[in-house]
Amino acid sequence: MAVSACPACSAAPLAQDQVQRALDAQDQKTKITLSLPTIHCSGCIATVERILAHTPGVIDARVNLTLKRALIVTDGMATAQVLAELLTSNGYEAHELDQTMLSQTSSDKEGRALLMRLAVAGFAMMNVMLLSIAVWSGADGPTRDMFHWISACITLPATAFTAQPFFKSAWSALRARRLNMDVPISLAILLALVTSVWETMLSGEHAFFDAAIALTFFLLAGRYLDHRTRSIARSAAEELTALEVPRALKVGKDGIEQVWVSSLSVGDIILVRPGGRMPVDGVVVSGTSEVDRSLITGETRPEFATVGKMLSAGEVNLTGPLEIRATAVGEDTSLHQIAELVAVAESGRSNYTSIADKAAQLYAPGVHIMSALTFVGWYLWSLDLRTSLNIASAVLIITCPCALGLAVPAVTTAASGRLFKRGLLIKNATALERIAEIDTVVFDKTGTLTKGTPRLDHVPTQDRDHLSVALGLATASQHPLSKAIVSELSIQGITPAELSDIQEQAGYGVSALWRGHVVKLGRAEWIGDVSVSQDDATATWLQIDADPPLRFTFSDDYRDGAATLIQRLKSQGLGVYLYSGDSAGAVAKAACDLGIDDFTSAMTPIDKSTAIDRLSAAGHKVLMVGDGLNDTAALAGAYASISPSSALDASRVVSDIVLLGQDIAPISDAIDTARQAQKRIKENFKLATLYNVVAIPVAVVGLATPLIAALAMSLSSITVSLNALRLR
Amino acid sequence: MDILLYLIPISLFLGGLGLAGFLYTLRSHQYDDPKGDAERILNDQWDDRPAPRKR
Repeated sequence: MAVSACPACSAAPLAQDQVQRALDAQDQKTKITLSLPTIHCSGCIATVERILAHTPGVIDARVNLTLKRALIVTDGMATAQVLAELLTSNGYEAHELDQTMLSQTSSDKEGRALLMRLAVAGFAMMNVMLLSIAVWSGADGPTRDMFHWISACITLPATAFTAQPFFKSAWSALRARRLNMDVPISLAILLALVTSVWETMLSGEHAFFDAAIALTFFLLAGRYLDHRTRSIARSAAEELTALEVPRALKVGKDGIEQVWVSSLSVGDIILVRPGGRMPVDGVVVSGTSEVDRSLITGETRPEFATVGKMLSAGEVNLTGPLEIRATAVGEDTSLHQIAELVAVAESGRSNYTSIADKAAQLYAPGVHIMSALTFVGWYLWSLDLRTSLNIASAVLIITCPCALGLAVPAVTTAASGRLFKRGLLIKNATALERIAEIDTVVFDKTGTLTKGTPRLDHVPTQDRDHLSVALGLATASQHPLSKAIVSELSIQGITPAELSDIQEQAGYGVSALWRGHVVKLGRAEWIGDVSVSQDDATATWLQIDADPPLRFTFSDDYRDGAATLIQRLKSQGLGVYLYSGDSAGAVAKAACDLGIDDFTSAMTPIDKSTAIDRLSAAGHKVLMVGDGLNDTAALAGAYASISPSSALDASRVVSDIVLLGQDIAPISDAIDTARQAQKRIKENFKLATLYNVVAIPVAVVGLATPLIAALAMSLSSITVSLNALRLR
Repeated sequence: MDILLYLIPISLFLGGLGLAGFLYTLRSHQYDDPKGDAERILNDQWDDRPAPRKR
């Protein structure tokens, strides 16, 4: 990519003077991580690093383009917020990431260890294979023995190091009196090594060193693929969590101070700015505003908040600044307590047995019995321990857990990669398998099928003068309903009226003077004199002087792709339900617009969860899609679950898949891909079985040479991997 | 066949060199940002002289 191909970079002048030194100096050196979602080229890297390096207080700054992050070391004078604002003002969107949440991604030790073992196994395999080819092509006598000894010298230490993950896992399974896939793998590797060393000592013709190390290499490759897929998803999920930095503004004796939420205690006074989320449960001590509790209850209508009102953690402050006195902090908040309940519900899902485990349960005893029978049979027939052991180990090697070990990870890697590109994050290892089996989809409304932002859907008048007054008043406010009025009326070509003496009264509305008349836009109680009966739609009122007030109503805007998704799911023959905590009218309208026949409104979190249980009891496998705290129990209880990235952290944690974009349509891709992946996995198992049907008789009658074993192993591994790639 | 006495150790040594090189790059975090490294080569900031070592 050429440097000039990045327009964002050229328009980014330096603006060092904007940086103010933060007053609260902390430790000597602090590490800061910023998320930079928009950077994409070398120009961006250079500019961001230059801006950061010229900022006072920054000791070192390095951009990681793969993770789209900047890692900054400061002397404690420059704070993350100042740096993020500086970058944002220069045209690079930047968000602070909570350092403590990123512990796992910053040092992927497990992945590096696996890669190191893979490299060593690859090195050993290539060298041993070279020597083996010499043997297969006719080396004999002392030359062959020497080659075998050299192979032994390479293979023994190499397997001792590289096959450790298999040995460890097999040992822990055996100690728990279970059989997993690693038991036959470990046994095959160990038996191959023992018989090969024995053969070499007796200058025998066949040694299986190459098979032992090749088996380790292929299986490590499968393990590494598996690990990578999961660590990519994990790191993206962690980033979502880390974006919500747990800070609060504490009002102390000497003014406002920024503190960690964890350091708050009951009785502290906390300032919550408009747009901010309540960090703790509390009671309002000053200010008036409206709060959005849709993430907690599913209700879209903002609630009025003034002195004395109880608020709970997780609610979002909309209009004016509020000072609250904390009544419950940390683990005592209502948000945390509900999340705790969910953790209990979730444990049921871990009982799910993955298809790989099911295969191992069939396969492991099968090959062990087969191999043992071969050994006993040959020993009784020939009374020759050496030949019998050789043939028994050949059976173990040739049944090749190799193809079986690659069958699942190769497919899940391909499927997860494909879904990741469409903005779906597969968090759980068995998520794809479970999603492939679902037959019913249950949606939450607010925040899931809808964006959670209001849209003006009823304009009470066609009088352009009145509308332009409404637009003028709405422009003066940051309230979501005002923004909705502004965006809708601007599209209609209305220009804002000229108003004077504009005043916003937080939590109530906006008033102004227009051609000498008092005009007001706001809540019904504030306008007064509203005689129209209240229904449950979200509404705001416009009053011009003493004229009867006009009513603007709003509905929640649907997410992109919502209607398409429902239609596609229905055409696939899946049952679609809508369970919402919102009021009856709003839910019925959404269901009608989107074409959902089964809907239930005003559900409590418990209602949702029991409804899911009822569906499950009726034999349905339910996919739950939801975002709020009221969905969390249902998400955890369902057979599989998806939540959008805007969901509460508690909901994302219990979900199998997180949807990154705004568009909701990829959910049907997830179901399609999961089903296809399941088909490929089953095909892979069939291929492996078919291959064993041919290979086992050959081995049992004692015809399997190391050459045949090596050919069979490579062929089956490659077939299985290629079959997995067909998914793309 | 005496040539084998030289060739086998040489081939093992060369292979080992490659392995050691890979392990060095792995340990010094050179695979942490593959995309960034691919782009950084286009940056002309340090074309005439290398960047000073970090404090």
